[in-house]
Amino acid sequence: MPLLIHGGIVIDPANGRHGPMDILIADGRIAEVAPAGQLGVNGERINASGCWVVPGLIDMHVHLREPGYEYKETVETGTRAAVTGGFTAVACMANTDPVNDSAAVTEYICERAQAAKLARVYPIGAVSLGLRGERLAEIGEMREAGIVAISDDGEPVADSGLMRRALEYSVMFNLPVIVHEEDPRLAADGAMNEGATSFRLGLKGIPSAAEEVMIARDIALAERTGGRLHVAHLSTAGAATLVREAKARGVPVTAEVSPHHFTLTEAAVGNYDTNAKMKPPLRTAADVAALIEALREGVIDAIATDHAPHHRDAKEVEFESAANGVVGLETALPLALRLTREAGVPVDTIIGAMSTNPARILGVPGGTLSPGVAADVTIINPDQEWVVDPERFHSKSRNTPFGGWRMTGCAAYTIVGGRIVWPLDGQRNKGRGKRGSAR
Amino acid sequence: MAFAGRHLLGLEGLSAEEITHVIDTAESFKEISERDIKKVPTLRGKTVVSLFYEASTRTRTSFEIAAKRLSADYVNISASVSSATKGETLLDTARNIAAMRPDCLIIRHSASGAPHFLADRVDCPIVNAGDGAHEHPTQALLDLLTIRERVGRLSGLTVAIVGDILHSRVARSNVHALRLLGAELRLVGPPTLLPPEAKTWGHVYHDLRAGVRGADVIIMLRIQRERQGLNFFPSLDEYSRFFCLTRSVLEEAKPDVIVLHPGPINRGVEIASDVADGPYSVVMDQVTNGVAVRMAVLFLLVNRAQVASEEQKTAAPPRLRRSG
Repeated sequence: MPLLIHGGIVIDPANGRHGPMDILIADGRIAEVAPAGQLGVNGERINASGCWVVPGLIDMHVHLREPGYEYKETVETGTRAAVTGGFTAVACMANTDPVNDSAAVTEYICERAQAAKLARVYPIGAVSLGLRGERLAEIGEMREAGIVAISDDGEPVADSGLMRRALEYSVMFNLPVIVHEEDPRLAADGAMNEGATSFRLGLKGIPSAAEEVMIARDIALAERTGGRLHVAHLSTAGAATLVREAKARGVPVTAEVSPHHFTLTEAAVGNYDTNAKMKPPLRTAADVAALIEALREGVIDAIATDHAPHHRDAKEVEFESAANGVVGLETALPLALRLTREAGVPVDTIIGAMSTNPARILGVPGGTLSPGVAADVTIINPDQEWVVDPERFHSKSRNTPFGGWRMTGCAAYTIVGGRIVWPLDGQRNKGRGKRGSAR
Repeated sequence: MAFAGRHLLGLEGLSAEEITHVIDTAESFKEISERDIKKVPTLRGKTVVSLFYEASTRTRTSFEIAAKRLSADYVNISASVSSATKGETLLDTARNIAAMRPDCLIIRHSASGAPHFLADRVDCPIVNAGDGAHEHPTQALLDLLTIRERVGRLSGLTVAIVGDILHSRVARSNVHALRLLGAELRLVGPPTLLPPEAKTWGHVYHDLRAGVRGADVIIMLRIQRERQGLNFFPSLDEYSRFFCLTRSVLEEAKPDVIVLHPGPINRGVEIASDVADGPYSVVMDQVTNGVAVRMAVLFLLVNRAQVASEEQKTAAPPRLRRSG
């Protein structure tokens, strides 16, 4: 049945559109986009008045934990969390068990995603077999099975020679190489940012240099090889500077930042709060300011959550023993919208970073509302106020530093291929809080 | 006047009054240990449990003697013989012990923040007996008592802390307390063990002689032998060549300088034997004062808990049995 989204503000950075427009969806595709009030429909209608209608959000960095760690998250629960947060697609990292270093695992993940019928799932293949950093995984075969990028995320690629070959070889498939930048010897067994807070708390620190020396190395390698380098979760001002300079020289490099890195500082570790423990670690206020500036300038292309579900038991331990990572899919959108209000980042930049640019970097459909493309659409209620209650997450895990935060803005509708996947069936009228309702 | 908090997790955040109150209380307890019968009934019927996840001779024994001199029942659990060897988590172990209703839980752990982690989750007053590289509050309190006894004051003193500041919980607790009480701090050691942030705590010296010049008090820290091979310094020999406190170096300090060391001592590495055993050393006073300080801490925390619960029950003013 055709679907008309009317009364909202369409924000479509790829087409330079920002204004009151209506969108007609038919046969799972965008059929027409026209100034408000010009389209009629013989079918379903969504009144999006007061809302923004944007190309479906794409989170290019999540951990869905399946196969192998289904007690933390599954493809189904992870994509449920995704659509709740407004994401129509996610790209999932390879550090599962078994590792996604073969076409068989890639196919398995794709099958699980098709069964879940929620967000689109784009698997990312491993750079190296078993993430061991020794031999290249069968990248071409995984490409044929559906991967959109390669990454050993979770583990830095310590061997510079291997990274060089990965960047070279990836050129043949036009796959980006997504890098988790952390010099293993400098990071050692650090538990948080190295600085005044780690010194005071007596925790081993991870210096900014651990990230920056690796980014500098990989920029040099990308410059030589022409491989497409994508730097995951930038956390330091120096990292942003390196990417800015490389882009200015024309090096094929892109970068992402996570909501926790542009929202929180190392102060969130406070009294040894394990929900503020992640890699790279939360840094200083100066780093946060530099990351936001880099996002505003377009030096940082994408906002990606690094959604990293962990079981409660892995966080209810001494700080130095706690697992690294936080969930992010259900809090990313309001944290990003915060930047529009509190840091003056234009809304179009935010939507570009959460949709258009991830689609471009990964070479996947979406990121636009052009007529003819698959109808992946997110309808954002930018004014809805709500309080984060981790117990109500759709993710299997609750490890967030944002529990109890007052948020403004949420996904009112998430539409994948013309199908409404959020609010979830049966919950649309129950009204899970007020989050699901458009005004 | 008592602790504002229910636990003693660290000296950071305590007020000067609170710290002084503990030292005063400890001072009043000292004579109990000089008696023929070294026992008062102050904590009779109370149970104190200590949980040691790291090796310790001095601190563990000191807490045990302190508890027993106050007539508390005392149980020590060492990680090597506890269920930790069967894979039980710290939290589960602590919860099980707390379920036996002790009045105080003392913990020593290699993870910074371990006592703070438990304090938020276990219903029992907690005393930090050393957590990783974070704090060792009773050690600093006994250092303060020793300095005050010998020098007569804390305010205005020049105190040099020498050695592995980066990894030292003794240093952190002392820094917080000494700064609060008005001492002038110097931090002395190689740059590998003194990160740039140390400047916010005191004057930084990489030259031992300059660092102790004119000092009233020198607190030596133990060089942990296990740090060798991690390149914080090339060798113990070279470390001692630059940072061993010898008689000759000591001449730079005030003529009536006192030298503290939390132990265990590496003779000839960070401190020469003739200094450790010499007239300026107050190391044995520290150990003696350690018992009094731990008696004071147990007394204040356990009684505070009792006062709180009695006030809840009767709203009548509690009668504190104060010995000494």
